Amino acid sequence: MKAFAYERARDAAAAVAAGADGATFLGGGTNLVDLMKLGVAEPQRLVDVSKLPFDAIEETPEGRLRIGAAVRNTDLAAHPLVRERYPVLSQALLAGASGQLRNLATVGGNLLQRTRCSYFQDVTKPCNKRRPGSGCPAVEGEHRNHAILGHSEHCVATHPSDMAVALAAIGASVHVLGANGERTIPIPGLHRLPGERPQHDTVLNGGDLITAVELGAPAPRSVYRKVRDRASFAFAVFSVAAVVEPADGALQDVRIALGGVAHTPWRAERAEAVLRGAEATPERFAEAAEAELAEARPLRDNAFKVPLARNVLIRTLAELTA
Amino acid sequence: MSVATKSVGAALSRVDGRAKVTGQARYAFEEPVEGVAYAAAVTATIAAGEIDAIDAQRALALPGVLAVISHDNAPRLGETDDGELLLFQSDTVHYRGQIVAAVVAETLEAAREAAACVRVDYAARDHDVELTAEHPRLYNPEKVNPSFPADTAHGDAEAALAKADVVVDATYTTAPVHNNAMEPHATLAFWEGDDLTLYDSIQGTYGARRTIAQVFDLDPERVRVIAQHVGGGFGSKGTPRPQSVLAAIAARMVERPVKCALTRQQMFASVGYRTPTIQRVRLGATQDGRLTAIAHDAFEQTSTVREFAEQTCVATRMMYAAPDRLTRHRLVALDVPTPSWMRAPGECPGMFALESAIDELAVACNLDPIELRIRNEPELDPEKGIPFSSRNLVACLREGAERFGWAEREARTDGRWLIGSGVASSVYPVYRSPSKATARFEPDGGYSVEIAATDIGTGARTVLTQIAADALGVDTEHVRLEIGDSDFGQAAIAGGSMGTASWGTAVVRACEALLAQGEGEATVNTADEIKAQSELSRHAFGAQFVEVRVDADSGEVRPNRILGMFAVGRVINPKTARSQFIGGMTQGLGMALQEESVMDRGFGDYLNHDLAQYHVPVNADIEDIVAAWIDEDDGELNPMGSKGIGEIGIVGTAAAVANAVFHATGKRVRELPIRLDRVLA
Repeated sequence: MKAFAYERARDAAAAVAAGADGATFLGGGTNLVDLMKLGVAEPQRLVDVSKLPFDAIEETPEGRLRIGAAVRNTDLAAHPLVRERYPVLSQALLAGASGQLRNLATVGGNLLQRTRCSYFQDVTKPCNKRRPGSGCPAVEGEHRNHAILGHSEHCVATHPSDMAVALAAIGASVHVLGANGERTIPIPGLHRLPGERPQHDTVLNGGDLITAVELGAPAPRSVYRKVRDRASFAFAVFSVAAVVEPADGALQDVRIALGGVAHTPWRAERAEAVLRGAEATPERFAEAAEAELAEARPLRDNAFKVPLARNVLIRTLAELTA
Repeated sequence: MSVATKSVGAALSRVDGRAKVTGQARYAFEEPVEGVAYAAAVTATIAAGEIDAIDAQRALALPGVLAVISHDNAPRLGETDDGELLLFQSDTVHYRGQIVAAVVAETLEAAREAAACVRVDYAARDHDVELTAEHPRLYNPEKVNPSFPADTAHGDAEAALAKADVVVDATYTTAPVHNNAMEPHATLAFWEGDDLTLYDSIQGTYGARRTIAQVFDLDPERVRVIAQHVGGGFGSKGTPRPQSVLAAIAARMVERPVKCALTRQQMFASVGYRTPTIQRVRLGATQDGRLTAIAHDAFEQTSTVREFAEQTCVATRMMYAAPDRLTRHRLVALDVPTPSWMRAPGECPGMFALESAIDELAVACNLDPIELRIRNEPELDPEKGIPFSSRNLVACLREGAERFGWAEREARTDGRWLIGSGVASSVYPVYRSPSKATARFEPDGGYSVEIAATDIGTGARTVLTQIAADALGVDTEHVRLEIGDSDFGQAAIAGGSMGTASWGTAVVRACEALLAQGEGEATVNTADEIKAQSELSRHAFGAQFVEVRVDADSGEVRPNRILGMFAVGRVINPKTARSQFIGGMTQGLGMALQEESVMDRGFGDYLNHDLAQYHVPVNADIEDIVAAWIDEDDGELNPMGSKGIGEIGIVGTAAAVANAVFHATGKRVRELPIRLDRVLA
């Protein structure tokens, strides 16, 4: 591990200035510190933003929630208004990591965690995300748990966050303070597909500091379903966050996001289009799943994710609308 | 002196429990020593080839760096049959992750940073890391671990199969799995003249002393190995591993004490693992389920450094009565790390295949799998033709079935879950190895007992205290037990489920001798007693029962409940015994459903080399697990009447899970682990 400087940010403006000057933000450290030990991340200067005053969960006048970026995952999952109005978010958080990690991990850091692709995490091997232009061994190598949607020849990694999948279904936005002031970025929209530049996970620039996440309209009828290789402390092989608003026997609104399938939390817009205004029937659910997965381009060893996603998506929608 | 109580059989809490939970129990790396330096390993980034050049300049220029060690400057070592210990003796790279250099520095941080700065240039050649049953370089090893014949044949199994009413012919595969003890392999080494002391994370100090003495060309008397507390090993610490030698080389070169701990990632290359296996099992039977033929062929890998031949088919030789039997092992030396012992080597992967095939035969014969096993229970050990000291497999199956509710089992659905149950038999041999113990009257009216046993977390220190207390006729608090020091003399390793039986025998005999002489101290070696024991087939038996639920949509398999029923002679401490049984079954569950070291064919190493990527079971995976045992009185074992219990828990578990998955889904998964994609396929 290389020597590095550590400082605690005095305020948000100072953090942004430091970030624009090349410093790396430190939240809960549950991913960054691991990457530093592995030599994957070698920051010279760490600016701790976890003590900035972004630790509140506030109700907006419209009855939505504004979540400070430094709120710990445990506190967010347990918040009564989250559990009542956004069960999908609480469930997604509790499906992630372990109790100890959730106690440390922040909302901002969770969104910005890096992929757990084995090649990305091993500095003795090439990786376009870690060393642009060095190649992607996962395309031909081990990729059972890699992407089936939206990947490129340069990167087939998946985004690891459960929380981000729930936020994509809820329809949240991220408040960012940057060198040029404040701006708001919707989720999805924060994360980007790999294309030719997989080194960029998000649309953020150096110095951009996430200060808060604002949730969309309450989603009391919502669920998160995670499929994984062990019962706890494992990343999703596949996950689905679904929000429905039934009215008059039809689905007035449906929002679906998928995890474990792409470089971003994957908003299933094609499936949503099939279901919007439709009756909640198994046939329609199957049609929706087919519409979304028609775009899937599985790799040699992860084709199983397509029927898996279809099965679980259909069942999840059926249970949510039952 | 107080009135003696009966300690053996009591659920005594660990005598070192308080020291462990308060952090006072010292593990090798924690031993305080003045002037210590730290060594960090540099490992190969090619899977096969030669080192062209090692450039240590950048590393040596970093502050705090004391030395860079490689084959350019390392001392020449002596002879040993474990080539993994001959560090820095040549420029050949045998596998990716092999230790090729090391840095010694004032701090661990400096050593690790400098290790990353050592530049090694290689001339790589194509590597071959894939085990197949058709590999052109498969060969017939002379023996399999530790000294069994590779092939056995009784009668004519091929002919018997050809005319059997019912035949099962199936191929099973098991993934490579790593031991992954909690405590990484770690060593503190220091020299005083030509005397070498190691504080080592190891399962046996006495054997380690001999090996280390060979490596450094020393008289064994000049080497002392100490292991007071060890955080698990599961076989991977049975003998010195490369970090033991590395620490000692470094200590000699910088003339200071040196500590070396492997990283978790390095443990996926340097310390052994269970070989992957490909196993073909053929069973012939009559329509009513009586076995007429058993044939078991195993294909497995070793490295180009040294041969390790897992004894995969050995349990099949004695498990069931069939007149015609055939077992064969074939091995191929690949450009991979050397496999080694892992909890129940041989029995564990072999019984997965055999007990899955037995379940398939029960289906083919339309028989209850327990009834099928009972019908094939042998009178004598089928391989040796001699009696068993005790064989209570049937009792375990019957008693376990009763407790589990086996008769009422039915495949059913609950929402999206498919539920089913499975059973499998377990077996593990009973061994003893010569050991020496010393018992002594202490001035305070108590007793001390010394033996080079090792407590790797099993509770050995506790049960040996109980055994000594009974032998001396006193309460346990009057006995001070000293273990974990090669200076105490010959002793079994904590392996092969033979620790307690071997050490306990020596402790009992030393205590008896002390009481007989009435003063001073008494030392006993059990070599003659063990040599003189009658010729019987000695094995522990058991049966695992598992109910699983399988998600019909995703293929996820979760165990609802697990019951292990065991026949292991006398249980010396129900508390520590239960811990061994459920630990073994939990590891078996990991093997069944999760654990898999993924060979990266392109680079030639095990890719998922940390505990975030290599999944071992967590608490959420284990919902309801019960270990129980029958009363078994076997007077042909040892003074305690006990059989070893460290390994039998793992043996049948994976097959029981696979059989339950079949019962629940109708799908027979013959590849471990039973990943969700294999269930869905």
